[in-house]
Amino acid sequence: MTLKSLFTSVALIPLATFSQAAEVWVTNEKDDTISVIDIDTLEVTRTIETGERPRGITFSKDYSRVYICASDSDTVQVMDPETGKVLYDLPSGEDPEQFVLHPDDRHLYIANEDDAITTVVDTQTRTVVAQIDVGIEPEGMAVSPDGKIAITTSETTNMAHWIDTETQELFANTLVDSRPRHAEFTAQGGELWVSAEIGGTVSIFDVASQTEKGKIRFDVKGVHPDRVQPVGFEFTEDEKTAFVALGPSNHVAVVNAKTYEVEDYILVGRRVWHMAFSPDKSQLFTTNGVSGDVTVIDVAKRDPIKTIKVGRFPWGAAVRP
Amino acid sequence: MLRGLFATLFLAAHPAFAERAPLEIPITYITQARDAAITLSNLDPVPEDLGLAGAQVALGDNLTTGKFLGHSYSLEVMRIELNGDPVAAADTALATAQVLVLDLPADQLLEIADLPDAKSAILFNANAGDSVLRDAECRANLLHTAPSNAMRADAVIQFARSKRWDNLALISGPNPIDTTFAEALHKSAAKFGMNISATQTWDIDADMRRNAAQEVPLLTQVLGDYDLLLVADETDDFARYIPYNTWRARPVAGSAGLMPVAWSRVVEQWGAAQLQSRFLDHAGRDMRAGDYGAWAAVRSIGEAVTRTNSADVTVLRNFLLSESFELAGFKGRPLSFRAWNGQLRQPIPLVTPRAVVAQAPLPGYLHQHSEMDTLGLDRPESKCEAFK
Repeated sequence: MTLKSLFTSVALIPLATFSQAAEVWVTNEKDDTISVIDIDTLEVTRTIETGERPRGITFSKDYSRVYICASDSDTVQVMDPETGKVLYDLPSGEDPEQFVLHPDDRHLYIANEDDAITTVVDTQTRTVVAQIDVGIEPEGMAVSPDGKIAITTSETTNMAHWIDTETQELFANTLVDSRPRHAEFTAQGGELWVSAEIGGTVSIFDVASQTEKGKIRFDVKGVHPDRVQPVGFEFTEDEKTAFVALGPSNHVAVVNAKTYEVEDYILVGRRVWHMAFSPDKSQLFTTNGVSGDVTVIDVAKRDPIKTIKVGRFPWGAAVRP
Repeated sequence: MLRGLFATLFLAAHPAFAERAPLEIPITYITQARDAAITLSNLDPVPEDLGLAGAQVALGDNLTTGKFLGHSYSLEVMRIELNGDPVAAADTALATAQVLVLDLPADQLLEIADLPDAKSAILFNANAGDSVLRDAECRANLLHTAPSNAMRADAVIQFARSKRWDNLALISGPNPIDTTFAEALHKSAAKFGMNISATQTWDIDADMRRNAAQEVPLLTQVLGDYDLLLVADETDDFARYIPYNTWRARPVAGSAGLMPVAWSRVVEQWGAAQLQSRFLDHAGRDMRAGDYGAWAAVRSIGEAVTRTNSADVTVLRNFLLSESFELAGFKGRPLSFRAWNGQLRQPIPLVTPRAVVAQAPLPGYLHQHSEMDTLGLDRPESKCEAFK
């Protein structure tokens, strides 16, 4: 060992203790585990056990807690991301599938898929604050940036349900195409986007009037339209672009979020579900349910750069900087 | 009670619940008690509420959606006794309901469809697979949510062909319902360029629970060599005793082994797990193919009412048969009706008792309109004129 390399090693040790590489956490629906991917090495560094059928996953604002929908355990688990230990369970209502953390960092809005209910849980007092009747098979969840509106989409009722977070009551219900799966507000809060899996569309609503102002359709070359099924999607930081997972068409669409035109299609793994950006937004990680892997996309080049094997039926994804 | 009343008033006045004019959609479900089929095994009794439970679950789905839109649905059930007259019952029902979901055999479906009062009604065939109802004997007011025998046969034959099991043998039961399915298998084999080289009719009346191991090898020995043994036993009489008792070591498909079905408890992808658990909660048993047809019928009406905001049967029928209609049927693709014969397009799962093996249409079977139209009668070969 040369003197120089010795010095380098010594210098690196304290660094390694203090800064940990950013990670992508992926829930594996049929393995009851989370695969943790190191963003620097693009490898799975940890596999953590969870409750049954983990799907939705999200971190608290300071990343000291990770919330996991353990659907078949009928609970939301709260985990310490450092140790991977489940600290406690939150009451969640039956079969929690997906949820969203309110900007107050305190209230979780949870879709109870089997019960046609949205449950609001206070993560501090660990109690249920409200339960709201929504349509059959609620799934997609979103909260407006100002925290005033929560959205639940129901897969069989085919609606976006608009919840006033002050009163915890519905104030509007808008029809969308068949099997809505995911909802997101734009950061400025002016638009709500809702994907419809069987309808094959993404509808864009004007939030102020709750009326539809646009609809995106997809056309993947060589794939029958029936198999082009939009599910999860994410916006880039500047909100000029949206990436939309198209399920069994095995592609992610790149959509111009201003003109609503599809600019590109990126080939990923089989039955792509959800996705998460790296902290610097240069990479996008998609969960591919059927092929049991994660595709890493170079956001600037719009190219897939790596496939990472994870557990069986990966579903949700969240980033930990 | 007082509290319930207040809640109702509040809901009605709430803007989120009163966006549209209130609509009432009465649906009548008609079924008839059947002679309990004499089968070799009594392991699997047919549930009393087969079919009906599917309609009831769909009604619940419709009501939940309807409450946000001011649409109300009701389901009247007419269970006709063995010696009763379902056609007369349907005639009575048509006075109050223009949407009928029928779990009846083909001849009665046609009699009901031809009733003067049924002319402008929407009738759903929720269970009968007879291909002729989608062909020369089609009726403009009769839609089919049950897959045809031709669709189920095509699913099996597509699978055999994709495996290159080109040489087929067939054992058929003696009942008309068995021979109808056997005919569908023959036609399907011809359609996909396959060969059914040998056929046998089941005429053994021994109790197979004791001696299937002795009887079935003899019966199948005379079939010679083949790649796949097809079994047409629609009354579920003997088919269960065929697999593993064949003379040659060959797989079995049709009414045993690999089965083409509209639905089965093993279907769990595409959100189906949710429908399965909703059904189990309601009926206390697993959802079967017979339930799926009734479920799809009631949900189709619900979807049409939701999208058109109308209870007018002409508006609903036009919408059901249009390109705009799509039903999320938990089989991975949007379901729609064939505008030329009223058949609901749908994938056909190929299942064993414990798993989905494949789902037809299988990869590689292409079609200019919908890959699902590789299953069953396609427009050019259908002799149905009533929809023109």
